[in-house]
Amino acid sequence: MSLLTTHALTAYYGDFQALYGIDAHIDEGETIAIVGANGAGKSTLMAAITGRRRTPSEMIVFDGRAIGGMRPADIMGRGIALVPEGRQLFPSLTVEENLMVGNYGRKVRGPWSLERVYALFPILKERREQASTSLSGGQQQMVALGRALMSNPKLLLCDEISLGLAPAVIKDIYRAIEDIRREGASVVIVEQNINQALTVSDRIYCLLEGRVTLTGRPNDLSADQISRAYFGG
Amino acid sequence: MMIVIDTLIQGILLGGLYALFATGLSLIFGITRLVNLAHGDFMILGAFAVLIGVDAIGLPILLSAVLAAIFMFIVGYVLQSVLLNRTLGKDILPPLLVTFGLSIILQNGMLEAFSADTQRLNFGGLSEASLPLGGGLAVGVVPLMTFGSAILVILFLNWLFYRTETGRAFRATSDNPEIAQLMGIDNNRIFSLAMALALVVVAIAGLYLGARATFDPLIGPSRLIFAFEAVIIGGLGSFWGTLSGGSVLGLAQTVGAQISPEWQTLSGHIVFLIVLVLRPRGLFPRHVD
Repeated sequence: MSLLTTHALTAYYGDFQALYGIDAHIDEGETIAIVGANGAGKSTLMAAITGRRRTPSEMIVFDGRAIGGMRPADIMGRGIALVPEGRQLFPSLTVEENLMVGNYGRKVRGPWSLERVYALFPILKERREQASTSLSGGQQQMVALGRALMSNPKLLLCDEISLGLAPAVIKDIYRAIEDIRREGASVVIVEQNINQALTVSDRIYCLLEGRVTLTGRPNDLSADQISRAYFGG
Repeated sequence: MMIVIDTLIQGILLGGLYALFATGLSLIFGITRLVNLAHGDFMILGAFAVLIGVDAIGLPILLSAVLAAIFMFIVGYVLQSVLLNRTLGKDILPPLLVTFGLSIILQNGMLEAFSADTQRLNFGGLSEASLPLGGGLAVGVVPLMTFGSAILVILFLNWLFYRTETGRAFRATSDNPEIAQLMGIDNNRIFSLAMALALVVVAIAGLYLGARATFDPLIGPSRLIFAFEAVIIGGLGSFWGTLSGGSVLGLAQTVGAQISPEWQTLSGHIVFLIVLVLRPRGLFPRHVD
């Protein structure tokens, strides 16, 4: 059954239209990837789903309820957590405090707790008392992921989590994503890196200039199709 | 020699009062980036609230102060919820204009309600009481209580900010309100709670302001300057920094007053300007910014 559905979702920045009627859905337990070049509308889509960009309510349905236009804190409370682009840790909080603030608005029993996050990323336990800004980029990404997991979300949104990281670190992060999937959450991966997206996801959506230009299972899509959907032409 | 020690002690104790003036200002600025130009007038409102409890109802002063603190908590929460949250945004001008307007409204409202007469809060027998320190030195009980209250307020705020979930939410919202919402933090509620707490500190400041010297409805802005100076001397972002800033200001004024009474306020301003020139971020700025 579908966990999240968008219905002809549109979004504007003033006079500029960023999304032109996006129809997408994700099932329970599914992992989908959203790929597209810079400015394709991926981050705007994340902003709309998390409530930072207001939309008419019926355009986004989550868990059987129209959530478009709800306040971000309320949407988070219903079980959507975001790993934001650029990590966006709280600089004046320690590593552990960053994790602990992650379930402020949603305290439910589930697979994820402080201990489980530390088991997933043992290095964070060693660094728990440090300022989050003192960590390497990869470790910061682990904190951002852990922070989102702390609320035991039904839907985890990962916005550009490999951006700016070394290949070995990206591998670690995506190995963690596999563990997270196994615990049952639905996962949306937003990626510029197409190969990464094809490897981890059950289905992909390709965005170009605010429209879905291609969707399907990775095995059913040819490199040529994807390239045209990604770059246009 | 004794006069030097006496001056130092009086200066530091006066610093406790200025730290109380400054802490509420620093608290609300730290979380909401709102510069509350009505802060001084709220201190006077707090002092009048205590005075009503004592004079009109006949309560003991400390009980009256507790009720005043509760009253100011509610005023702060409602004010932030219905008015000030609407002014917050990328532009820092609207909250400045609105709190400037509030300042004028408060002054004239209090003038209407309480007249321009000067008032004073009386601690009964404690007002004149002092503790002898030997060698002819003595410290007043009320100044000691003021300084002790400042330390208690700061200990409490540090506990709240660094040991509780609400404190984490305060700091996360202060760092990045947009991302804080994604943790399920309702920014407006956090801002309202911060203003409510700030006005509780303001009520405590009002209590000791009224006990130390006379006050009237129009002196708020002149006390606001001391609060600003203490915050800036101490450096933004640390409550202990604010206490040290208050103490530096108190010392400067007390030493100045020893030289000549008209030098009291002026020497405070001069030290403030020197700190601003030499250490523009204050003596104890927060490292992460």
